[in-house]
Amino acid sequence: MKNNAYLGVDIGSISTKGVIIDDSNNIIACEYIKTQGNPISAVKQLIKSLESKFDSNLYKIVSIGTTGSARKLAGKMLGATTIKNEITAHAIATISIHPDVRTIIEIGGQDSKIILVDKKIVTDYAMNTLCAAGTGAFLTNQAKRLDIDINDFGSIALMSKNPVKLAARCSVFAESDLVHKAQLGYKKEDIVSGLCKSIVNNYLNNVAKGKKILSPVVFQGGVSKNIGVVKAFEDELKTNVIVDDIGHLMGAYGIAIMSKKSVKDNDFSFRISDANFETKVYDCSGCANNCEVIRIYKDMKLMDSWGNKCENGLK
Amino acid sequence: MNDKVISFPILADYNTPIKFMIEKMTNYEVRLSPKMTKNTLEIGSKYSPDYACLPFKYTLGNYIETLENGANVIMQAGGGCRFGYYFELQKQILSDLGYNFEFYSLTESDVNGISSIYKTLKNLNPNIKRVRYLYYLLLTFLMIYYMDKLDMYIRKNVGFEINKGSFDRVKKSMLTKFSKTRGFLDLIKTYYYYRKKFKNIALDKPKNCLKVGIVGELYTSMEPHSSYFIERELANMNVEVTRYTNVTFLLITKRFKEKYYLRKIKKYCKFTMGADAMDNVARAKILIKKGYDGIIHIKPFGCVPEIGAMKVLENLCDDEKIPIMFLTFDTNTSELGIKTRLEAFHDMLLMRRGNEK
Repeated sequence: MKNNAYLGVDIGSISTKGVIIDDSNNIIACEYIKTQGNPISAVKQLIKSLESKFDSNLYKIVSIGTTGSARKLAGKMLGATTIKNEITAHAIATISIHPDVRTIIEIGGQDSKIILVDKKIVTDYAMNTLCAAGTGAFLTNQAKRLDIDINDFGSIALMSKNPVKLAARCSVFAESDLVHKAQLGYKKEDIVSGLCKSIVNNYLNNVAKGKKILSPVVFQGGVSKNIGVVKAFEDELKTNVIVDDIGHLMGAYGIAIMSKKSVKDNDFSFRISDANFETKVYDCSGCANNCEVIRIYKDMKLMDSWGNKCENGLK
Repeated sequence: MNDKVISFPILADYNTPIKFMIEKMTNYEVRLSPKMTKNTLEIGSKYSPDYACLPFKYTLGNYIETLENGANVIMQAGGGCRFGYYFELQKQILSDLGYNFEFYSLTESDVNGISSIYKTLKNLNPNIKRVRYLYYLLLTFLMIYYMDKLDMYIRKNVGFEINKGSFDRVKKSMLTKFSKTRGFLDLIKTYYYYRKKFKNIALDKPKNCLKVGIVGELYTSMEPHSSYFIERELANMNVEVTRYTNVTFLLITKRFKEKYYLRKIKKYCKFTMGADAMDNVARAKILIKKGYDGIIHIKPFGCVPEIGAMKVLENLCDDEKIPIMFLTFDTNTSELGIKTRLEAFHDMLLMRRGNEK
């Protein structure tokens, strides 16, 4: 008899994460790759590498959950049983690891959120709105500009004794501030450290505005791997900030836990990495609204379509 | 001169009573603006200043489409915030584009709404008698009042209909019937007939369903296109929705309720903040007292009165320990982003109820 296992996939704007857990929420296999603007191939690649880490003689996958901005597309590809937003997934995952958590800070590639928890129940949340300042994508861009590997970003920031002050409101202004300071001859580590501080200030002013941040504070998402930002958060909040080893996998972990409630007794095969998926976008001409309808094909066969506002689009 | 074709911007289902009123009071043809589509917003924002708010862009799109469709007289309602000034700006933009038309703002020519509408309509139909005007004005008001009353019922229950689309079907036939109203008695009869029909629609509604209140800027709240059909999305999640902003409120009840509202929230507001900002704070408080699970505040990007209300709402909801979500709509807000936030809000409300499935 094989044991049950549950697969969670989180397809974000920058990275794609996959986690397989067992009945007691232990991680059996996990993988983290870059999305590179192509969720379909990212999911395929993810499944392929998860397969190699997974012992199919011991376990069988009985449920699949997808989350992240491409959750619908990936959900269709994998035949997911649970498709949920990343906010709920993050909250569920964090509560299962830290039952006493009060504040969850999450900064990802394109978005950032704050989730407030009280007695294992989400009481409030907020997400960045029209602006992507203070997210991972911004940091990656600036690292490139400064010719630094993003993985060294944090350790370089920690070397600084005198961080530069940078505008925090908007990424475009922060960037021009940065260029200006660099031309004036400021040290690289001071600028990098200033960037970490501006991310934190931006987060506290734009996302967490008006919300009370109580400890324990858990910090997750890709940016939580940057020790410079973690340090800046701790300085600003004057409290300890918890970062888990699997902080970047939390969304996938959470959706895997949630998918447990929708178990279907089918043995998931990893064959999808060989199937040919294709999406076609066309403007529906059913009426003047011209909805953009997205159709997804598996091996040239239409699986599903969405984006239509009325029945005309289904033709 | 009998070749005038009157038109006006779309606001949800209020086309029916407005068309009815103008038709009865003038002798000209009333041609409805073409249905709101993505294209409406596209051409609207193309010719709008970038910093103008979303209602400006939608209505300008409406005007251009309806002028292309043959209308040559446009009526606009005017408004309490900078929308009142938009009328002048839109007129300028449209004549710069080379359109030849007459433009009337219904509430602009006098301080008093009723006599202002009369003066405006007098321009179009000099022969209109005061009695006839008042008769049809009251009839239209009553029609709007009935519509809003039934709409309240629909919003609360549409998420629980057993046969999808039953409410929409009944409403459609009601609006057709309303547009052919012959007089007060006829209207009242129609109302009771359809009220019964609505109440007879089969529902599967649990007693303790989630309840969400929507407050916010008037155009965004009322016109479903401008809020990406947020009410329909919520209904699909089996949520009971209440929203107090409607035309009945704006035309009639607003002026009577101001003092009452201010008293209700005297801890937070000492005076009004322009447009409906203060009213929305008071309504949020009323909804919370009625036991609603959460509040959603919606506004177009850059709406000044509502930005003022946000901070007050935050304090109020903080004190009452009720979650509030702020959504801002603009031309490029992605639908997925709104859906993600709504879904998370819904999950959170369920979790707070402690019966997360």
